Amino acid sequence: MNAPVRPNIHVGQPIERIEDLRLLRGDGFFTDDATRPGMLHAAFLRSPIAHGTIKQIDTAAARALPGVVAVITAQTIGSPVPVIPMRLAPLEQLAPYFQPVIADRKVRYVGEPVAVVLAESAAVAEDALELITLDIAPLPPVVDTAAALAGQTLLFEAEGTNNGIVYTATKGDARAEFPGERIIRAKIDTQRHFALTMEPRGLLAEWDEAAGIMRVIGVAKVPWATRGMLAKQLGLPEEKVELLEVDVGGGFGQRGEFYPEDFLVPFAARHVGRPVKWIEDRREHLLAANHAREFDADLELVVSPDGLIQAIRGTINGNLGAYLRANVAIAPRNVGQFLSGPYAIPNIHVVVNGLLTNKTPTGTYRGPGRFEADFFRERLLELAAAELDIDRVEFRRRNLVKVDEMPYPLATVSPPVKEEKLDSGDYAMTLDGALKEIGWAEKQALKGRLIDGRYHGLGIGCFIEGGAAGPRERARAELVEDGTVAVYVGSALVGQGLETVLTQIAADCMECAMDSIRLFHGSTPYVVEGFGSFHSRSTTMGGTAIALAIEELRARMREAAAQRLGCAADAVRIEEGQVVGPDGRAVTWADLAAGKLAGDGVFSNHTHTYSYGAAAAHVTVDPRTGHVAVLDFVIVEDVGRMINPLLLQGQVIGGVVQGLGGTFLEHLVYDEQGQLLTGSLADYLVPTATDYPSIRAVVMGVHRATVGALGAKGAGEGGTIPVGGVIANAIADALSGRVQPMSLPLSPPQVWAMIKAAG
Amino acid sequence: MIAFDLTVNGESRSAAVEPRTTLVDYLRGELRLTGTHVACAHGVCGACTVLVDGQPMRSCLMLAVQAEGAQVTTVEGLSNPEALTPLQAAFRKHAAVQCGFCTPGILTTMHALLTNEPHADEARIREVLSGNLCRCTGYMAIVAAVLDARAHYAGAAA
Repeated sequence: MNAPVRPNIHVGQPIERIEDLRLLRGDGFFTDDATRPGMLHAAFLRSPIAHGTIKQIDTAAARALPGVVAVITAQTIGSPVPVIPMRLAPLEQLAPYFQPVIADRKVRYVGEPVAVVLAESAAVAEDALELITLDIAPLPPVVDTAAALAGQTLLFEAEGTNNGIVYTATKGDARAEFPGERIIRAKIDTQRHFALTMEPRGLLAEWDEAAGIMRVIGVAKVPWATRGMLAKQLGLPEEKVELLEVDVGGGFGQRGEFYPEDFLVPFAARHVGRPVKWIEDRREHLLAANHAREFDADLELVVSPDGLIQAIRGTINGNLGAYLRANVAIAPRNVGQFLSGPYAIPNIHVVVNGLLTNKTPTGTYRGPGRFEADFFRERLLELAAAELDIDRVEFRRRNLVKVDEMPYPLATVSPPVKEEKLDSGDYAMTLDGALKEIGWAEKQALKGRLIDGRYHGLGIGCFIEGGAAGPRERARAELVEDGTVAVYVGSALVGQGLETVLTQIAADCMECAMDSIRLFHGSTPYVVEGFGSFHSRSTTMGGTAIALAIEELRARMREAAAQRLGCAADAVRIEEGQVVGPDGRAVTWADLAAGKLAGDGVFSNHTHTYSYGAAAAHVTVDPRTGHVAVLDFVIVEDVGRMINPLLLQGQVIGGVVQGLGGTFLEHLVYDEQGQLLTGSLADYLVPTATDYPSIRAVVMGVHRATVGALGAKGAGEGGTIPVGGVIANAIADALSGRVQPMSLPLSPPQVWAMIKAAG
Repeated sequence: MIAFDLTVNGESRSAAVEPRTTLVDYLRGELRLTGTHVACAHGVCGACTVLVDGQPMRSCLMLAVQAEGAQVTTVEGLSNPEALTPLQAAFRKHAAVQCGFCTPGILTTMHALLTNEPHADEARIREVLSGNLCRCTGYMAIVAAVLDARAHYAGAAA
């Protein structure tokens, strides 16, 4: 692709967001803002017990309540009840564990949909839930990974195991003996927590009987994939299912994957022949939206006497919940593949057990598998440096992948077999940057000191994040008769600033003002296929597809203008708003638009980008309470090329604070019966404005992506990834190694208990 | 149904609602003022915050009938179509909006704070802001924006 003639004036600039103009005025349009005449409201009866056999569902009293129109159960849907397939990394062997869209004979987690009430108002629908009698014969619940592995109770008897999938991450020969080896072994775990988007999930489905079309508002992230699944389940051709994107109040991997409700609400609309809306309440969200992050590991790091890591090996158990659905494979695959992170580890053998338990099914959450792997690895590195008596910064520096080692192979994960290579970067540069920013050298004197009742400590960690998932993205650019350019793309908005970033790219490719670009995204009618927004892919994939589409549009514009002006296509010059011939005569974009000029761009990509960086923290620990204060947290990240540094910095800082939530506060706690104990925002704590007032991000674009025309790597998840390891290292440092945090969250009671146990 | 009168964004309204209707359901459902959002419906997250006689209130925890005779202001009432207000402009300048779902409740809360305390310092802003959850920004940019907008409120008060 040719470099743009005009230098970029939008890409790389801290441009204020287009989206803000509506969102700040309350003019955003979110799913719950949509209504339709004659619309019904859906409410879900969810299983109150974790594991059991459904004996009876008596809906008579609910159906008799004035205002109730219908109650749907598995019986209404008929046999076989459709299941939710895997969107990513599908394998035939996973099919037995797929989730039926409504509980069918068995329930396997608290929160599993059992019945759907449709009523004239949401309040009546909720009233009716109380009138349904549900008779479930309880079975013993499987709550933790040890019970799942023991297999005394099986979630799926016919399969003979709760170990739904075993992934192996391998490289070299990790089981060999290494000369002079020192082995650092640790049992270490991360707790179940999740994205908790501010906007609850929701859907409004409308069945157009005359046209045979199902229209659904409220999809997010991957509308085209959802369309494929829903069309199949409803027995409709894909072109008869239209999924329409509106504003989305946060994604983080959670929102927009296929959930049972994504079938049940459209099914209900067709069943009763009226539009049906469902808006999740917060308790439902805590019970039923994808959980994440619950992994426990038993790992060995093998280090030679010169301080070089020779191998990492061991077993990781993932508590994946009651069913395998949608994108559940990603975190367990990633936790194995990315355990080595930015470090050159020649030998790897890690087994990841994907275990079924009677808890809410899981999916991705910002930095899936990577947050967990980073906590495991950076803790191991810290222990290893101490064991070998090597300075922990020097130990990391010695083992980081070097610039001239790129592209550098990671472990290969299977099944299915996936090789992976780090693409580009100077990892020591961001490590040095983080040390400098935090004042590492100056603050050494504070380490372990008790000042005003609090111990001071420093932590450091390095990370990579992945981006730009394939297989491809598609865009179309069309001249519009008002002289603007309409750009259609298969990327999706999840609150990340997509419209601004892609409009910046389009405007620079078109060499026009951003006002002249009209971006259309995320709704299935816009492009024939689209792959949406996950794995930090929309800037690189959507942006490059747009660049290609505009390149083609501009070629068509030159040809059309040349024909009008009676000259050769290469003799005309495209200027803003017009195309000028060699004699100075011009045709406007608006005039050319009558000729239906358009360009299509398809960008295919099967390699990933790796933004990378380092983070450092200065914490204090109060030994009387176990409270940890984050005095300073700084992250330095190289994303290849920055499209909008203002938005990028916001993404990174926001990511860090989510990571701090996962490190200190957030925990989906279950009891031994598989009951969720944290069912409200009074129980499930997320960061507030007083918790972490000092977070800094230094973002840069230095080592460009090796894929795509833009040089931009995927970014936005990196802030979250290193936090657990960095903070745990800082706490250990503050307590002079007497305490070694090996479990998250590092809540005051847990830190206090560790201090007490250490004496 | 219970009938009562109130003022919403400067307009007199006569309402007739079921007793159990919350203020936010009335504002969103009856008046179609959809800028006010419901994110938890149990008074923790602050997304539904509106001003009732100038004071920030969780409209999910308040019954509509309790607003009888009150002056209610929503994010729409703090906006105008011509230009962003100084507080809104500061949010945009500092990239204090990401998904924007929590934003209306934060704008109403911070508008009330700066109206009453135009010289609020960072600690005070964080204290008040801690009643509103934002999942995207980590609050750093929001605090910067509110600090930046203080000058306007101080000027207006003078």
